[in-house]
Amino acid sequence: MREGDFLTRNIAGFTLALEHIVLTEDLSHAAGLLQGLDARVKVLTLPLFIVIVGLARDFPVLIAVFIMALALALLSKVPAAVFLKRLLIFIPIFTAVIAIPALFITPGDPLVTASGRTVITVQGARSAGLLVMRVVDSLSLGLLLIFTTPWNKLLAALRWFHLPSIVIDILGMTYRYIFLLLHTANSMFLSRQSRTVGRFTGAENRRWLGRAVATVMVKSQYLSEEVYLAMLSRGYQGEIYTLSSLALRRRDFIWIAFALAAAAFMIWSIYQ
Amino acid sequence: MHIPDGYLSPATCGTMYVVTAPFWVIAVKRVRKILNHRTVPALALLAAFTFILMMFNVPLPGGTTGHAVGGTMVAIVLGPWAAVLSVSVVLAIQAILFGDGGLTTLGANCFNMAVVLPMVGYYIYKVISGNSEIDSKRRLVGAAVGSYFGLLAGALLTGLELGIQPLLFHAADGTPLYAPYALNIAIPVMAIGHLAIAGPVEAIVTGLVFLYLQRSHSTLLSRQAVQRSEGKLWLIWSGALVLLAFATPLGLLAAGTAWAEWGAEELQELLGYIPRGLQSMSDIWHAPLPDYTIPGTGDVAGYIISAVIGIIAVGFLLWLLGRWISRKGSVKQGSSTSGVSKA
Repeated sequence: MREGDFLTRNIAGFTLALEHIVLTEDLSHAAGLLQGLDARVKVLTLPLFIVIVGLARDFPVLIAVFIMALALALLSKVPAAVFLKRLLIFIPIFTAVIAIPALFITPGDPLVTASGRTVITVQGARSAGLLVMRVVDSLSLGLLLIFTTPWNKLLAALRWFHLPSIVIDILGMTYRYIFLLLHTANSMFLSRQSRTVGRFTGAENRRWLGRAVATVMVKSQYLSEEVYLAMLSRGYQGEIYTLSSLALRRRDFIWIAFALAAAAFMIWSIYQ
Repeated sequence: MHIPDGYLSPATCGTMYVVTAPFWVIAVKRVRKILNHRTVPALALLAAFTFILMMFNVPLPGGTTGHAVGGTMVAIVLGPWAAVLSVSVVLAIQAILFGDGGLTTLGANCFNMAVVLPMVGYYIYKVISGNSEIDSKRRLVGAAVGSYFGLLAGALLTGLELGIQPLLFHAADGTPLYAPYALNIAIPVMAIGHLAIAGPVEAIVTGLVFLYLQRSHSTLLSRQAVQRSEGKLWLIWSGALVLLAFATPLGLLAAGTAWAEWGAEELQELLGYIPRGLQSMSDIWHAPLPDYTIPGTGDVAGYIISAVIGIIAVGFLLWLLGRWISRKGSVKQGSSTSGVSKA
């Protein structure tokens, strides 16, 4: 592998993150089922199912949640390809790699035996399966929330639930400036790449990277002062006021009824 | 080190939220006191930077690349409390927006990476750098070493949280319900990975950034505004240590001994014999508290007392080390005043 590849890799990483944010924004404004619901309702119900996934001790509930999440994604116009790609590629594969050794080393009753020795135990297989299913389920619910709720609506909902306003203000502004700093860092790497004709050693690249990181840090520090002054000049006195368009409609109540019924049934089936 | 949803039981997740919450509250209070109305824009930009910092791919020998967490770097420049908040915000955004790390595990992830990592890194940096000049090599070493051990501390905690899952939460037939590996696997795996690869990456990145700041923006490093806000930090840490000391009997739940910490009797069972060298050496030193028990007390009480004695002993040693280093530092500082004009 060429030493210069680290520039390409960084640019690819930044671009991918930008793409993901833009895609998320686009999806969250589509006219789908979950997009039409009040953000507060989603902030309550979808994490509720994540907790149920955590409580579940067997496969039926986990499979039911997965089917529900998939159906909701389709009804919310989240393209199946996008959803499944996010869902099944990155984190679950990582989890599967972690889970595979559990098949072989968890002590218990034999499931697969080879030449008289227990290779895979029932307990090992169940444990690995539970872990992967739980991760897939939780991730799909988390993705549904962010794919169908614009960031500012999400924060407005959290504000309604009395999360401290300082936390919400910081979350809101951070999101905005992540975008800007991603662009800044991306431009730095692009310009470096366009100026590079020869090859640099790993040590030279690392030194350059150290300077690049420090430069972004210094820029962000100056910027924070300028942003503060800009806020002051617009009358900022420590409170940020936002327009919030949260309103419960009939479909919200229908969804709440459905979600609570489903959740109650799942909890009953876990503890029966 | 981001623990996704599903790896930890709901009980562990809840506990970790409760453990982390006081640090968030204190951090908000302290940072607000110093920055006042600047708090929101300053922390937002800092968090945005931290997010980018975690995304940088660092070229490693052999053509691969790795990532740094950067919590120690942020703590050194803006103080440990600002680091607690900015790294927490980043972890929340990563979990919500990118599905990187879970929502239920956010408390645990924040404790490992946003509280323990920057705090450990920052205080090691402080102890090593003592009263030395801003542009001194000692500070550079302090930043690198601090970030290395900060990351390691975070990784070990992650291993601990994952490792207690199969002990505490399993079905009747022994099936682990959450993360499947016990402490004797989880902790060595986390430790080795971070000792060998992630730790050095963290140290290299922190060192390089610190070096550049020393040369070009030393005012950023000498700015004391937020750093002075440490306050009664020792009080909180003592509280946390006391809690941990009371949690040590949890170890009794583990069936085996820590990996590679077998005593002679256990080796006898494992190997069928005691290596002769070990047999002759194991009689040289008799611990004052053998097997962490105090003669005349029960198992649990003995564990707690042993933990308290251990903490006091380690604390005393660290205090001695700090005194020794700072005395050495003040001598050196006297002789290197000529360096000030250069700076």
